[in-house]
Amino acid sequence: MSKFRKKKSGGDVGINTSALPDIVFMLLFFFMVATKMRDVEMKVRTQLPKATEIEKLEKKSLVNYIYVGPPVKKEIFGETPRIQLNDAFATVDDVQQYITQERTKVDEASIPFLTTSIKADVDCKMGIITDIKQELRKANALKLNYSASRDVSRD
Amino acid sequence: MGRKSRQTAEINAGSMADIAFLLLIFFLVTTTMDIDTGLQVGLPPMPEKDQVVTSNQKQKNVLEVLINANNQLLVEGEILRVEQLTDKTIDFLTNNGKNPLLSESPEKAIVSLKNDRGTSYNTYVSVYNELKRAYRIVRDEESMKLYGKPYNKLNENQAKTVKTKYPQKISEAEPVDIGGSK
Repeated sequence: MSKFRKKKSGGDVGINTSALPDIVFMLLFFFMVATKMRDVEMKVRTQLPKATEIEKLEKKSLVNYIYVGPPVKKEIFGETPRIQLNDAFATVDDVQQYITQERTKVDEASIPFLTTSIKADVDCKMGIITDIKQELRKANALKLNYSASRDVSRD
Repeated sequence: MGRKSRQTAEINAGSMADIAFLLLIFFLVTTTMDIDTGLQVGLPPMPEKDQVVTSNQKQKNVLEVLINANNQLLVEGEILRVEQLTDKTIDFLTNNGKNPLLSESPEKAIVSLKNDRGTSYNTYVSVYNELKRAYRIVRDEESMKLYGKPYNKLNENQAKTVKTKYPQKISEAEPVDIGGSK
């Protein structure tokens, strides 16, 4: 009997798919590590501006988000930029109450570390943003962060 | 059958791929790659009811930056592009009295930013970014001179020294509504 057999006995040669689960698990781990659970359904479009002097938000649990932008469903809600707090549309007057509400959810010692992050679309006008800032000043939420992605086109 | 009975029963791993796909699709659908970076600013506290907010600073110690509804910049009466703002601010901060029209010392230097309600948010963020960039560059220069390290690598006390030399004083005035919010 020859030691080396040239021909495979049997019919068609199928692709060996035993490595498929490994590939899929790798993709899965990537997504588990690089993403976080989305807890807010975006009702407004926020294309963030680009900046170079950006800093990372330290503790995600101590950040309140304010979304500003034109609504996603333009046919129903129109094109003018709206504010979204948590999951619903809101007006400028709701901001102060929202901040006080979020304050009750954290313990006393962490209150000075609370930050507000404004995720506003690039096409928003400063009128609405300035109103939000005034409301934040009234609510004494003075740590503010304008959400922006890293600008890689400059040095 | 004369076969020896198998010692170990093998688990059929054919459905492993299905489970993995299911989990993958679940994560694809329910997660986002959120951006958690941004420009950090500190808002000034609201003035008390009877407190009158006056600024008794000399004109030369204040760098006036105005943005109108057409996203154009006016810095100390001079029309500039956003890219030129960093250099102008650095000149202003490091002046130390040389040019009588610019600041006497970096401790007294204040940047005053005023925008129209119709200014686009993108322009506002670019302008603020340039101002922060100017402060970072002068602070980096100072910290390299004193400690041989860039500003963000200093420890607390060293950072404090550089910060007292170049305090970041960006004041924002109440915006006007000349251009209209459209």
